[in-house]
Amino acid sequence: MAIKKFINLNLKQRLSLKRTEAKKIFMTYLFVIVSFAILQGMSITGTLSSTMEGMLIPICAYSVMAVSLNLVVGISGELSLGHAGFMSVGAFTGTATAILLQNLIPLAPLRLAIAMMTGAFFAGVAGFLIGIPVLRLKGDYLAIVTLAFGEIIKSIFNNFYLGVDDYGLHASMLTDTTNLASGGRMIIQGPIGISRIAKISTFTAGFILLMIALIIVFNLVNSRFGRVFMAIRDDRIAAESIGLNITRFKMIAFVTSAAIAGAAGCLFAMNYSTIFANKFDFNTSILILVFVVLGGQGNMLGSIIAAAALTILPEKLREFADYRMLLYALILIMTMLISNNDGIKYFFQKINPFRKKQEAE
Amino acid sequence: MKRNKTKLVPVPSKAMIPDRDVARAPVLECINLGITLGGIKAVEDFNFTVGRTEIAGLIGPNGAGKTTVFNLLTKVYQPTTGTVLLNGQDTHGMNTVQVNKAGIARTFQNIRLFKNLSVIDNVKAAMNNEMKYNMLSAILRLRDYRREELAAHHRALKLLSIFDMQDMADLRAGSLPYGAQRRLEIVRALATNPSLLLLDEPAAGMNPSETAELMDSIIKVHEMFQIAIVLIEHDMSLVMNICEGICVLNFGHIIAKGTPEDIQSNPAVIEAYLGRKK
Repeated sequence: MAIKKFINLNLKQRLSLKRTEAKKIFMTYLFVIVSFAILQGMSITGTLSSTMEGMLIPICAYSVMAVSLNLVVGISGELSLGHAGFMSVGAFTGTATAILLQNLIPLAPLRLAIAMMTGAFFAGVAGFLIGIPVLRLKGDYLAIVTLAFGEIIKSIFNNFYLGVDDYGLHASMLTDTTNLASGGRMIIQGPIGISRIAKISTFTAGFILLMIALIIVFNLVNSRFGRVFMAIRDDRIAAESIGLNITRFKMIAFVTSAAIAGAAGCLFAMNYSTIFANKFDFNTSILILVFVVLGGQGNMLGSIIAAAALTILPEKLREFADYRMLLYALILIMTMLISNNDGIKYFFQKINPFRKKQEAE
Repeated sequence: MKRNKTKLVPVPSKAMIPDRDVARAPVLECINLGITLGGIKAVEDFNFTVGRTEIAGLIGPNGAGKTTVFNLLTKVYQPTTGTVLLNGQDTHGMNTVQVNKAGIARTFQNIRLFKNLSVIDNVKAAMNNEMKYNMLSAILRLRDYRREELAAHHRALKLLSIFDMQDMADLRAGSLPYGAQRRLEIVRALATNPSLLLLDEPAAGMNPSETAELMDSIIKVHEMFQIAIVLIEHDMSLVMNICEGICVLNFGHIIAKGTPEDIQSNPAVIEAYLGRKK
């Protein structure tokens, strides 16, 4: 009897996610929407500096990258060091699609959307293929192998030639043997990459992509899938003992993350007039990992803020010229130390009235 | 709570199971089960039968191979010899996940919870295989998602209430007191709808009153779900009070089988625990 009464009384309240968690998710959406509104407003009224203006789309792209990597690193607990590889796959396939569709679909936002979906699809496929061998490994081994795969993807695009003429698509590896008919156009030219890209990425598109990425990740995490991802992260052996297919669920997380990264790569690429494979190297993978670690593993809002801050910071430090990267590194170290110091954390908790109220409840 | 005395009767294979289960096929039959680990025969000639609703005990001195038997049953190790029949089905070549789907759930000697998940999410994670909604339903929060999550939530709370843990549903599993963590592991195992529940030292580290409470809970679970339970335990009061059939292992071999009364007076068992009389 008592049990029944209890269930009836509390079901509604308990079914809604745990309150703090729901609050966190709400705050993330709110932060993204408000930031977009402010920045867009400033951009329209012309109060935004041109350097900031130029960084809006990269910030969106990096935020999406950080959110997607957080799904693998924070939620599934696997260290992946090749995330820029998926960004690269999305950038090249997406941009190539956009170029091919240039005359077919004159409407730029629609073309961009299709390009992003294509990029996401191919990055997802790449994630699946890489996942087959990689996800059988654990911990450090997995990290090293993803690193290698990121480099392999870079090398492939550095040696890949793709052109289009009246007879259709022509592709070749290592050397350019496409022999296009007159009037044809080279799309991907090995190490030179893709040039003469129509810049159709917009801040609004970036904002929408970030919102979609957040919806996908948050809703997935708060479903049976997310529960299983985290269960496997916490204890593999126990997860197997309750009948959870580890490889399958790791693959789901990995492919989802890769697909989102692909869309972000496409957004990123179409903000520039040229794009080449070396842009998505090991350093980029590490940079994205830094966003995730700095923002907090499993903390999406943190990832976004870290991505934005660390994209703006090097530009703001330009006035220090030669000492720029030194300062950048110092600030990074300081932030890591401070954000992991219990004493300082406690201090901020004490001065935060919002947090205090919550604890008292 | 102490259970009524059970009469053990033989089945065709000569193994003894409780008389109430004779009409139905045994839930578990191990035939000549054995494994060699690093050249040592950790378990050998293990013949063991568990009735459909039996509570069986597996006891023996430290290092006798009790947990190894559990690991063989759940395919953490693949046996080198012998057969395990689960509900009459040969489990040869199955892995841990498949064995769980076929009906074995277990707890661990050193607690293995999903520490960073909430208590209720630990239980719901174990219900994953019953939930069928796909990723699209999850991302778009479609009706499938809402219906199945609601049903899982109801069931998880009901399971938790068996152990009086419904109030802890939203706490982080890692933050629970030790006894509650042990109980949560049992709830999580039950959530997979097993026909055979393996408990590896459920009372380890508990004080006498906690052990008594645990005993009541195990009997309650047994009565509610009508499943077979095999438990490894060093606490003899628990074993002798709730187990119907007991199997004693020493150095990987079975040295005695029978009712608690038989075991208590068995000279081989006394010798294994206390040493030979001088």
